[in-house]
Amino acid sequence: MNPVNYLYLSALLFTIGATGVLIRRNAIVVFMCIELMLNACNLAFVTFSRMHGNLDGQVIAFFTMVVAAAEVVVGLAIIVSLFRSRHSASVDDASLMKL
Amino acid sequence: MENLIALLVAAPLLGAVVLLCGGRRLDAVGHWIGTILSSASFVIGVVLFTDLLGKNAEHRTLMQHLWTWVPVEGFQADVTFRLDQLSMTFVLLITGVGSLIHLYSVGYMEHDERRRRFFGYLNLFLAAMLILVLADNYLLLYVGWEGVGLASYLLIGFWQHKPSAATAAKKAFLVNRVGDMGLSIAIMLMFTTFGTFAFGPVLSHVGDASEGKLTGIALMLLLAACGKSAQVPLQSWLGDAMEGPTPVSALIHAATMVTAGVYLIVRSGAIFNAAPDAQLVVTVVGAVTLLFGAIVGCAKDDIKKALAGSTMSQIGYMVLAAGLGPIGYVFAIMHLVTHGFFKAGLFLGAGSVMHGMNDEVDMRKYGGLRKYMPVTFITFGLGYLAIIGFPGLSGFFSKDKIIEAAFAKGGTEGWILGGAALLGAAITAFYMTRVMLMTFFGEKRWQPDENGNEPHPHESPKTMTIPMIVLAFGSVFAGGIFGIGDRFLHWLEPITGHEEGNSPVSALTVTLATMVVLVIGVGIAWAQYGRKPVPAVAPRGSLLTRAARRDLLQDDFNHVVLVRGGEHLTRSLVYVDHTLVDGVVNGTAASMGGLSGRLRKLQNGYARSYAVSMFGGAAILVAATLLMRAV
Amino acid sequence: MSFPLLTATAALPALGAVATAAVPAARRTAAKWLALLVSLATLALGITILVRFDPGGDRYQLTESHPWIADFGVRYELGVDGIAVALIGLTALLIPFVILAGWHDADPLETGNKRWRPTQGFFALILAVEAMVIISFEATDVFLFYIFFEAMLIPMYFLIGGFGDSAHEHGDEAAATQRSYAAVKFLLYNLVGGLIMLAAVIGLYVVAGNFSLADIAQARADGTLHMATNTERWLFLGFFFAFAVKAPLWPLHTWLPNAMGEATAPVAVLITAVVDKVGTFAMLRFCLQLFPNASKWATPVILVLAVISIIYGALLAVGQRDIKRLVAYASISHFGFIVLGIFAMTSQGQSGATLYMVNHGISTAALMLVAGFLISRRGSRLIADYGGVQKVAPVLAGTFLIGGLATLSLPGLAPFVSEFLVLVGTFSRYPAIGIIATFGIVLAALYTLVLYQRTMTGPVKPEVASMPDLRPRELLVVAPLIVLLIFLGVYPKPITDIVNPAVKQTMSDVHKKDPKPSVEAAK
Repeated sequence: MNPVNYLYLSALLFTIGATGVLIRRNAIVVFMCIELMLNACNLAFVTFSRMHGNLDGQVIAFFTMVVAAAEVVVGLAIIVSLFRSRHSASVDDASLMKL
Repeated sequence: MENLIALLVAAPLLGAVVLLCGGRRLDAVGHWIGTILSSASFVIGVVLFTDLLGKNAEHRTLMQHLWTWVPVEGFQADVTFRLDQLSMTFVLLITGVGSLIHLYSVGYMEHDERRRRFFGYLNLFLAAMLILVLADNYLLLYVGWEGVGLASYLLIGFWQHKPSAATAAKKAFLVNRVGDMGLSIAIMLMFTTFGTFAFGPVLSHVGDASEGKLTGIALMLLLAACGKSAQVPLQSWLGDAMEGPTPVSALIHAATMVTAGVYLIVRSGAIFNAAPDAQLVVTVVGAVTLLFGAIVGCAKDDIKKALAGSTMSQIGYMVLAAGLGPIGYVFAIMHLVTHGFFKAGLFLGAGSVMHGMNDEVDMRKYGGLRKYMPVTFITFGLGYLAIIGFPGLSGFFSKDKIIEAAFAKGGTEGWILGGAALLGAAITAFYMTRVMLMTFFGEKRWQPDENGNEPHPHESPKTMTIPMIVLAFGSVFAGGIFGIGDRFLHWLEPITGHEEGNSPVSALTVTLATMVVLVIGVGIAWAQYGRKPVPAVAPRGSLLTRAARRDLLQDDFNHVVLVRGGEHLTRSLVYVDHTLVDGVVNGTAASMGGLSGRLRKLQNGYARSYAVSMFGGAAILVAATLLMRAV
Repeated sequence: MSFPLLTATAALPALGAVATAAVPAARRTAAKWLALLVSLATLALGITILVRFDPGGDRYQLTESHPWIADFGVRYELGVDGIAVALIGLTALLIPFVILAGWHDADPLETGNKRWRPTQGFFALILAVEAMVIISFEATDVFLFYIFFEAMLIPMYFLIGGFGDSAHEHGDEAAATQRSYAAVKFLLYNLVGGLIMLAAVIGLYVVAGNFSLADIAQARADGTLHMATNTERWLFLGFFFAFAVKAPLWPLHTWLPNAMGEATAPVAVLITAVVDKVGTFAMLRFCLQLFPNASKWATPVILVLAVISIIYGALLAVGQRDIKRLVAYASISHFGFIVLGIFAMTSQGQSGATLYMVNHGISTAALMLVAGFLISRRGSRLIADYGGVQKVAPVLAGTFLIGGLATLSLPGLAPFVSEFLVLVGTFSRYPAIGIIATFGIVLAALYTLVLYQRTMTGPVKPEVASMPDLRPRELLVVAPLIVLLIFLGVYPKPITDIVNPAVKQTMSDVHKKDPKPSVEAAK
């Protein structure tokens, strides 16, 4: 099978993720969309690894997974504490990052 | 002997320092300290003079090197004093007349609570003036030059609680500064031309320099002389300078400081001799000023201002003589010295009159004072006879020689200059007779003032009359001592050089012509002020009279062109600085502020909008990378 | 290894600043005395430098060199030439007077708004400025110089913005607004200048590979370091711009009147007499040495700017209604003279300019500090609010007059010597510019005497009728300055002897010789 198709899939997944980040308000959904984007990248890395015949891409994919796992821990903690203090998981409610 | 020269300067300088820093505990004796120190300087001067007389003419130059003043690569200025016949003459005049006027001031300033300070300033003046005439290079001369300007500033404004005095002092300093600019440019030109500005090297190498440069130097020196000596066009300050106490007017603004310009020209004679164009300008300035001052002197009712006009005019004679070159240098200095005697005497006389008249200066409120103050009358009268050139008195010898020299210039110039000098002599006779008649003759015209205080004219105390008597002696005999047998000529000739010139008219003719114009001048004045009573209020007068009362409109011109123009210029510059120069900066700051205010709106705090910009940025980066690769 | 004298001279006031700041608020008088003692000790070290310096010796003496940021070739390199010695002497000399004059300027306010004023902070900041200025004069490493050239802005900013005239302190908030405007303006102007200089410093490193002034100058002189014409010009402009802001040169001058007007008189003296001198000093040391060709290339424009500064500053001084702003504009005029002397590229001009920096420091300090005493008595900076002071406070008026006469360069006082040297040095190469600059002396007389006349003479105004004369502390500040002005006016040799060899070096750096007179009369 032509590996390029995997790349198309990866691009598709990334776009879905990005769109989700931009248009959804629920923090959990946004968060999951980010995960989707990361995994789309992982798919691309693995595909490239296969295409080039070396292991660099797979190594990076492992890295990404580790980072993503760490990110899940921190990110979920932030979302939970945000929900606790504001009783809402909407990202638009927490527009505190301005002067 | 030469080690004494510095003491000449040191004595009055010490006096100035002690008196000005000494504080009130010296109030009781301050005036005597000042007088003694200036007399000490005079005594040293006399000692040095006898020493010089004992030497051959070639060995009469003493030098004293004190210290190196400004040692910079290629530039050497030393504090060195030079005492030769020319500076010796000045030293005696300055310290002699200066000491007399110190003595006079003891009486004149008796009731002034700041008398100590007054004497401090007088001593400061003497020191500066002595530096001026003793300096061996132009830069040190400059120190004295501005030093006397400072002393003059302080003394004109001595009664500075009067706004008019403070303004007059400022004006004198400023006008002099314009002249000083000339002096400093002259020194710079000398430096670039000769690489030095010491008298010896410069004056002995004049022959090697181009005439253009020499003319430039000479004209700049003339500008300096015009400022200090109140010559047209920088004469406007002298009349106002009469705001100062009268001894100051006598010492600084008649006898010594204002003649510094003549000294400068005569001292730089070698430069002027090599720059005939500049010499012509000097003579023109002298001739114009001698008429200008004389005309102003005719119209003033203020006795001191009339005398100030006369001073201007007499210095005009000296400058004219100095412009004639070697024909006239000696006579310029001779007239300077005799003028120093009689004009100082006249001013002291005027001061004595004012002292007796409750400081009234308007001659129309005098009249018949000869009965009340006989000593003043006689000494003033002798000074009067001397200045108009009465045969046998000082002015006769010196002024007559200048008129002769002017004719001796030869050609059309000689006739014009000589004619101007003769005309000046006639006007001099007129205005001085006028002053004499209005003050001492006729009926008394003074009235009680608004508080009912009527002046009680009385003779002044001894400290004031003695200097007047001494100066009167000088006014009578100095000319004869100098002129008969050409003693003065032989004394100064080694320094200034001398030529006879070729006069189209004989000396006797000139003397006779001078006598004739003298009689005419006196006659007209007598017809106008002696035969009929003087009105107590000035008549309106002709256009010329009215202009002359306003100093021939010089001040009005200055006011309109310089003062108003300057005010507008500074005001508009202040505006420009605030709006334009600062405005550009503030404008930049404001637009930066506006821009950042707008950019700030992008930071709205919504995570999703930040995400959009991140994606957008990433997209642009990717696009740019692809594009670069494609190209 | 010998005693690091230069480091000690800079470190002493720096440590003193820390110590002064650490004094508890309750003992503020102790802080003042501590600061004064430290500044006097620094003066002693400054005099030691003066004594140890051998005018006939090497160009840079008392040198110290240690590696600092080795990766970038930045070294902690100190050394002084004659010009630096003179200016270090000036700085060390003036600071005790500044401290003494500002003795009560930072005392807590009793009335009005009870804004907190840290007395110790005031004196600590002054010492901090002194330390940084001194090390700027000593640094022979371009990067080291740059750091302190910029860092001195920080204490200056707080001094200008934090401590206003007591005259205005009791007033409304408008005064405080004005003051913070002035402080921010000061900071921004100088930061922009410094930023551009930073670019040029980096550029210099790229071209030359290190920051050592001596090494680069040496490499330039023997041709091992070649700079393209354009590169040199850009680098020169980068340096010059920063120095011209600091100096300040027209049209980059507008921060100075604001800063000097709003700051207290001692701080104003610190600005114009000490901090600004770093700008003109750096022109001599860095612009001319590192970029001789570009300096010559830019000379015509710089001379014109300098002449404009002279005339423009003087004219604006005439038009001022505020005493301190008047002095500020007069300083702009004087800085024009200094720049003129530096870029006339003659021995007389450069010696004169160096001397001018010293003399201007002393004369402006005298005039400004007396003006400060005057202002503190009446509580107003406006000239129109005074009149007849001479009658009630003759000593104050007399010292004010002497300060003024020094400002107008009266012969016999120190500034005359330097001004004349600058003029003559300029005139011998550029006669027209020399003559225009000479007009400055007439204008100087105008603004000084008008100021004196309006404030000191005339009838006594009722508001000044009870004005006390100078107090002993104030007289102690002014009298030594006046004595120095007279002494250096009569005998400037001690300074010229130190400065002359350094100027000779600089002249050879730019490959210039003095114009020869057309007639050899001097021999």
